[in-house]
Amino acid sequence: MTNHWIDLKNSDVILIMGSNAAENHPISMKYVTEAQNRGGKLISVDPRFTRTSAKADIYAPLRSGTDIAFLGGMIKYIIDNKLYDEEYVVGYTDAGMLVGEGFDFKDGLFSGYDAGKRSYDKSKWTLQVDANGVPKRDLTLQDKRCVFQLLKAHYERYTPSLVSKITGTPEKDLAEVYKAYASTGAKGKAGTIMYAMGWTQHTVGVQNIRAMSIIQCLLGNMGVAGGGVNALRGESNVQGSTDQALLFHIIPGYLASPATNWPKLDDYLKRRPKSTDPLSANWWQNEPKYMVSLLKAYFGDAATKENEFGYPWMPKLDAGKSYSWLDLFDEMHQGSIKGFFAWGMNPACSGSNAGKNREAMAKLEWMVNVNLFDNETGSFWRGPGMNPANVKTEVFMLPACVSVEKEGSITNSGRWMQWRYAGPKPMGQSRPDGDIILALGNKVRELYKKEGGVFPEPVLNLKWDYASSHGEFDPHKVAKWINGYFLDDVKVGDTVYKKGTLVPSFAFLQADGTTASGNWIYCGSYTDKGNMAARRSQQDAPNNIGLYPEFAWAWPVNRRIIYNRASVDLNGQPRDAKDWVVKWEGGKWVGDVPDGPWPPLGNLQTPNSAARWPFIMTRHGFAQIFGPGLNDGPFPEHYEPLECPVEKNYMNAQRMSPVAPVWGGKADSFATCDPRFPYVGTSYRVSEHWQTGLMTRPQPWLMEAQPQMFVELSEELATLKQIKNGQRVKAVSSRGSVECTAIVTKRFKPFKLGDLVVHEVGFPWHYGWRWPESGKEESINLLTPSTGDPNTRIPETKAFMVNIVKI
Amino acid sequence: MNLTRRQFVQVTGAAAAGVAFSGLGSDLTPVMAHAKELKTKGAKETTTICCYCAVGCGAIVSTSQKDGRVINIEGDPNHVINRGALCSKGSSLSQLAESKNRLTQPMYRAPGAKEWKTVTWDWALDTIAKRVKTTRDAGFTAKNGKGETVNRTEAIASVGSAALDNEECWIYQAFLRSIGLVYIEHQARI
Repeated sequence: MTNHWIDLKNSDVILIMGSNAAENHPISMKYVTEAQNRGGKLISVDPRFTRTSAKADIYAPLRSGTDIAFLGGMIKYIIDNKLYDEEYVVGYTDAGMLVGEGFDFKDGLFSGYDAGKRSYDKSKWTLQVDANGVPKRDLTLQDKRCVFQLLKAHYERYTPSLVSKITGTPEKDLAEVYKAYASTGAKGKAGTIMYAMGWTQHTVGVQNIRAMSIIQCLLGNMGVAGGGVNALRGESNVQGSTDQALLFHIIPGYLASPATNWPKLDDYLKRRPKSTDPLSANWWQNEPKYMVSLLKAYFGDAATKENEFGYPWMPKLDAGKSYSWLDLFDEMHQGSIKGFFAWGMNPACSGSNAGKNREAMAKLEWMVNVNLFDNETGSFWRGPGMNPANVKTEVFMLPACVSVEKEGSITNSGRWMQWRYAGPKPMGQSRPDGDIILALGNKVRELYKKEGGVFPEPVLNLKWDYASSHGEFDPHKVAKWINGYFLDDVKVGDTVYKKGTLVPSFAFLQADGTTASGNWIYCGSYTDKGNMAARRSQQDAPNNIGLYPEFAWAWPVNRRIIYNRASVDLNGQPRDAKDWVVKWEGGKWVGDVPDGPWPPLGNLQTPNSAARWPFIMTRHGFAQIFGPGLNDGPFPEHYEPLECPVEKNYMNAQRMSPVAPVWGGKADSFATCDPRFPYVGTSYRVSEHWQTGLMTRPQPWLMEAQPQMFVELSEELATLKQIKNGQRVKAVSSRGSVECTAIVTKRFKPFKLGDLVVHEVGFPWHYGWRWPESGKEESINLLTPSTGDPNTRIPETKAFMVNIVKI
Repeated sequence: MNLTRRQFVQVTGAAAAGVAFSGLGSDLTPVMAHAKELKTKGAKETTTICCYCAVGCGAIVSTSQKDGRVINIEGDPNHVINRGALCSKGSSLSQLAESKNRLTQPMYRAPGAKEWKTVTWDWALDTIAKRVKTTRDAGFTAKNGKGETVNRTEAIASVGSAALDNEECWIYQAFLRSIGLVYIEHQARI
């Protein structure tokens, strides 16, 4: 979230799309309701009339997988009716920047497409720069090559009638949503978006969110109270685990994983593009300080300037190759992965095309499964269709502690790092995950010490002294190390920071090895003033907008609303006087922690040379309506899901995303416009279960409330198929089948796409054969496909084709 | 925070003792008498953050001083986000902690075996460490097909976890990268 949970109350219009917050983030509705009580409006756009929809002032249905058509229509509406916030668009976004002649869009393809590689040459999508290398801008937004005019031309096609034919949303509903949301372009009004996996789990996931980001830029909603782009993340620490980089493509603090295109540390440290605009903070130019401090955190004293701070010990990715979830299980399925850790995860149910994952596990030599409960992953060898005698995989199943039995921090969706304490002792022989990791690391290191081995340097040089004096994992030690230490006396300005003290903020990190920090964005979280994440102050900030700056700690630097310098006018005065975030007063910023200390711009023609453009994390300092870095194009474009109910894309000549990954193995089959699978399927959650259900299915209260795998279908489809409410049926896709109890409901209605009637059905994704013990309630991911977003590779589990048959 | 709760009890208790009808409009004396007998009396109180979704609601865990197990978990009224409220999953946190279905000992399943067998932690960790070393050393790639230095192993993969604390995530990824893994993924990808 660029903003945070409490801030939702400051919104004038809240759009919940790609999320069902009322059921899946129930406490968030406290603040949505507060916004409504203050006169705000709630809009719910969803294929199904959910409990969120029931709370909404406006509801509009749309067919799964058509969000870009819906949002593209809104972009057109905002531009056609001049409802955008011109001051903001001109001053703070790239709308006026001129795009190079190489950029083009035709027949659903952007320029630079290579059909053989299913990829784009992004060098075609550059900006025009002046003699100093600064992007050329037309502040009147009239130049035909400026981003604003290209945007306008791109969405010219997204007319209400065509959008309606694609999405199935009635035109009057489109108009109602567009009008209500676009009203937040007015000065002093804020609109926000709450989205979740309903947007990310698509072959166009990133572009769904980009489309909304463009709308937020046009309406001046970034950086303001009650605005922003807010991902409602699904697990208690998925924000933190992403920040700490349990992902192939990043290392802690969103630094890129070392790869073959940066063979030397020096190559890595020079990789970020420079900005020649003196008014661009281009914050990522500081990356060398963060990278060297991270290497010092990994390898401690063993990391020296002479050995490139241990950079050669870091594993390198092949440049351009993906090692993501889908790739990982594909490799495992081919037998090239021998050993596997499933740590607090249940890929036998959670992964798309889960049947393939289960087959893949049988090809492993060994698996380590760490969890609270036995699950479908650890016990895959005795699951449906498996003959244990034929499964040669050794499995170690290790019992972990429940969160209340251990101490440490987690980070919520609003980037708040919160400390929690150990209450009960570990049950039985269960252990905190930290102890298990520490002990395993110790054992592996002992083996290398004793026996030697292949390339032992990184194993043995890893700093690994995270035990307390009792030999247990010490979360405080690690938290401080993540924050960072001065390793030498370091002089910054007039102050000397003593060796061995905690670094107060990332602004003090150094690129010469005199500081260590395990994660620069967490620098400032645990300082000589104490453990900031453990703070409990009930005091709000002077602007009284619910920031609670001394309750817990938010990254970065306790900033609660990101890009907050875009919330003020050129003189640093709030554009919303009531719910202001920061303001320039007496020569300094007050309110939230500002996005940098620089003074206001003054004006755009001759800005204050000490000022900086507000979007400091982008190279040029402006919000990017034109996104030249993405794999699937600088503007979002509607493409159908891999599996869809229409013969062609009504918007352009490409049916599906021309760059989405597709696997060709037998286990990866897909069927589009196939009469055997005529209905759109989608997956979602219920309040009583969580994820694959592993932490809820073994519990009696929650199982009593939601006992069975089900399929929701409309009354119209039930009549057509002669299926009765409560009847057991089978859902099938080209990859598998799952038994479900039919819930015949008014919540789904058939979609009218022109003359075509399309039915959609929905499934919870919380079940698996291990719990309940009947073994009959299975995972919907046995039906979902092997494809995903071309940028993130998040699988497309929100739109696929199925049939429902009577048993 | 704990003080505040206790102060609340003290204040309302005093009010109930002093006048028959408190500000709440009802006689709290029987409630207070009952409260004295609550199971949480004398329990250790710790604050926690809910382990389900990422709203980050606060809760108070009451742990028995006798057997060290959870007596009750309820919403934390002084948590600025949830102000004491919890959803259906958050309200069942005590059942998660105290579930009889939890794994309580390390288990092992040998190749081709039909059953789990119970093992010791030491044996399990020693054996896993050996497997890690054997697989890593056998499947280590110093240079890729193009002859570029990569120093990695693609023979071991890891998924997980958003259920770990930040500090655990950090040392886990450090460990995995130190042994050369590149297949490192978790919930955020799916």
